[in-house]
Amino acid sequence: MENAQPGGAPQFRRVARFVSPTDRGFAAIVYAGSALFALLILGLFIELLLGSWPSIAKFGPAFIWHSAWNPIANQFGALPMIYGTVVTSLIAIILAAFIGILAAVYLADFAPRWLAAPLSFLIELLAAVPSVVYGLWGLFVLAPFVRTSIGPALQSVLGWTPLFSGPIYGVGLLTGGLILALMIVPTVTAISRDVVAAIPRDLREASMALGSTKWETAMRVVLPAARVGVFGACVLALGRALGETIAVTMVIGNRPEISASLFAPSYTLASVIANEFTEATTDIYISALIQLGLILFFVSVVVNALARVMIWSVRGSERTL
Amino acid sequence: MASSVSAIAERDLPARYKGLGRRRFNSFLGTGLALFCALVAAASLLAILGYVVRQGVGAINWEFLTDVPHPIGVPGGGVGNGIVGSLIIIGIATLMALPVGLLTGIYLALFGRGVLPESLRFLSDVLSGVPSIAIGLFAYALLVAPFKHFSAFSASFAFMMLMLPLLVRTSEQAIRTVPQTVREGALALGMSNFRATIQIVLPTALPAIVTALLLAIARVTGETAPLLFTAFGSQFWETNPGNPMAELSLQVFTYAISPYPSWQAQAWGGALLLIVAVFVLSLGARLMLARAMRGLSE
Amino acid sequence: MTAVAAPAEILATDDLSAYYGEHKAVGDVSIQFRRKAVTALIGPSGCGKTTLLRCLNRIHEVLFDARVTGRVLLDGHDIYATDMDPMRVRRRIGMVFQRPNPFPTLSILDNVLACGRHGLTREQKLQVAERALRAAALWDEVKDKLKTSPLRLSGGQQQRLCIARAIAAEPEVLLMDEPTASLDPIATAVIEELMCSLAKEFTIVAVTHNMQQAARVSDVTAFMLADETRIGRLIEVDDTSKLFTKPRDPRTEDYITGRFG
Repeated sequence: MENAQPGGAPQFRRVARFVSPTDRGFAAIVYAGSALFALLILGLFIELLLGSWPSIAKFGPAFIWHSAWNPIANQFGALPMIYGTVVTSLIAIILAAFIGILAAVYLADFAPRWLAAPLSFLIELLAAVPSVVYGLWGLFVLAPFVRTSIGPALQSVLGWTPLFSGPIYGVGLLTGGLILALMIVPTVTAISRDVVAAIPRDLREASMALGSTKWETAMRVVLPAARVGVFGACVLALGRALGETIAVTMVIGNRPEISASLFAPSYTLASVIANEFTEATTDIYISALIQLGLILFFVSVVVNALARVMIWSVRGSERTL
Repeated sequence: MASSVSAIAERDLPARYKGLGRRRFNSFLGTGLALFCALVAAASLLAILGYVVRQGVGAINWEFLTDVPHPIGVPGGGVGNGIVGSLIIIGIATLMALPVGLLTGIYLALFGRGVLPESLRFLSDVLSGVPSIAIGLFAYALLVAPFKHFSAFSASFAFMMLMLPLLVRTSEQAIRTVPQTVREGALALGMSNFRATIQIVLPTALPAIVTALLLAIARVTGETAPLLFTAFGSQFWETNPGNPMAELSLQVFTYAISPYPSWQAQAWGGALLLIVAVFVLSLGARLMLARAMRGLSE
Repeated sequence: MTAVAAPAEILATDDLSAYYGEHKAVGDVSIQFRRKAVTALIGPSGCGKTTLLRCLNRIHEVLFDARVTGRVLLDGHDIYATDMDPMRVRRRIGMVFQRPNPFPTLSILDNVLACGRHGLTREQKLQVAERALRAAALWDEVKDKLKTSPLRLSGGQQQRLCIARAIAAEPEVLLMDEPTASLDPIATAVIEELMCSLAKEFTIVAVTHNMQQAARVSDVTAFMLADETRIGRLIEVDDTSKLFTKPRDPRTEDYITGRFG
């Protein structure tokens, strides 16, 4: 008898979910597929680590704060690329957060139905535009526009700060940041709109019943209630900006230098890999480039984990991106 | 009329209610600003789209679609090999990603709780955020460096990695949204788990899975970065996945940063083709999603 | 079949307990189900009657962390024995669920044949389906649209389709988990009538929270109640006529006279 003994732990009957030969085979295949998936992801990490090992061994942690990137002299420091990546991404996230969050609030709380649907649709299509198309447009339309209009205008007002001094090439940090902003606005907007729309209606009605206007309700009640999710959306978008490659490569100017001016050409982690990898000749050069990829990998893991924890905490883990 | 009424009301109100006019005005401004932001976002799409169409339409003709690139100085030429290359690379990537993604999705949906599935979900989410260029490096290290030979297959491998997270999580959710009662109904008839999944659950989840597949294909169609050091590009008709191969978005990139106006013109044509392809896939996904929703609500 | 149990009883539980993780939902139930009779399981919500029912064809264990102790005997054989194939058990003990759950992607005909009657010709399959649909009193309503989706049927029709699907497998026992809970009164009446007629061929165990329904359709009634630790206990089993007129347990009397639940 396998019955529960009084006072003792119950002895459970064996539960075999997958007993028949077909089911065992099915379970085996399902396990194998999942194991392969897990293996691929671990493989990604391991290969990047192995590939960058010569560089890590040679340069140590100083790789991160050395500012010389001179392949001919076998000098490799990642600082200029880290600087370029951070600055372009910051420009992008500041602009995209402002535009994206307000657009999300408008779409969720203010827009009439006939306008909300097509606007959302257009903004979501914006997310589908290939990176190389953004780059092409950035190179031939945005960069000249920065050189002839945006740049001089900014310089005439803010030229006294180092940020907006110096010659305006068109390609550079600012243009890279602008094109990135355009690319991540849909991410911010779409997720923020979902988060804002998920805020219960009674909260809005409670605020309206106190005599607040719709705008005051949106700013003082709805957005604060949605802040964790909206912040998560921004962090997720930031993650995309940090890793974006092709579009930035086409408008950043590709010069491994640190310069205070936003008009100056620069480089990002991703674009230096894109540009130099196939031309890299020595093993240490290749290894240094792979280490840049490893840095990018780590940054993206941290940023994405952060963003997902935030978005999950308010919306559940339903939506994937 | 309305304003004069409110002006009178304002004067007669107790002090604690004052300032409503100003608050209304601020709200009006704020709403306008929010509308402006939404319009900016939408308008930038139209601006890019309009420009690409204007520049690109002129480049597209029969030769452009069917010919290989011509050397500099020889007029004409096209991206035919790139189109074929895209189809081959994405096709192989889809064939590899679909079984792995679907099986992992089934695993997560059927055995979904516990440490192992949770960590697999986390890994999948991590992978979805890894920059495509890093995934390209992985494909290079795994499939190019050991053979000292660029190949279309290594590009397919990178694309597969990019497609997997979306496929895994969406197929898991699609299978989960099939009501538990339907699955139990199948098991209660004495069906095996295998038959219940293949014959009853998966067909019900199919529209949502197809949606995910279309979105995943759309995503890699617009992807260029990992191709730089995997597929590498080619000037010829190349159909052997073991060799370097041309790919449309890679051609657009190469042409765009070239100094030759004739190539730049072709880049716009290629960009237009890419946009059309990606939009068609996204629209298809959207229609499929609507169908998935309808199927479940009935 | 070697008849260990008395021939009148086709299905019995022996000290059966069911768990969800650590929580014990049904405790130490021993009950016999009479062959070709309708047994109704009644009791207030949360008394474990559905869980008990789900243990009888091993569908309980499909849920994550769901476990059982004790035995369930079908014709004297423990269906939880290690050499028992749960699929074969479920083939012999069919089930109808609380909400109609036709397979959404299969046609009406394929739904009825979903139990997989292999080795039959097309003609024979049609015959099986017709017999099952007639037995479920659905044939006349669907005979012209066998190839269409079951989702177009009304709730009552869908539930009868699910009954047809279950009996097409020719089970010995038919479990019904509140089969009319989601139906309107007219559809309910049709299903109740059906339960009475099906009892001529099958042994039926039905969960219901509706005492009138139990009184109308069942031969035997079992009353369950959750104790203070939320463990469902079997309080009393008796012929329906006796249980509703002369209950032995004061708790049963309280329930059927409407003093709680």
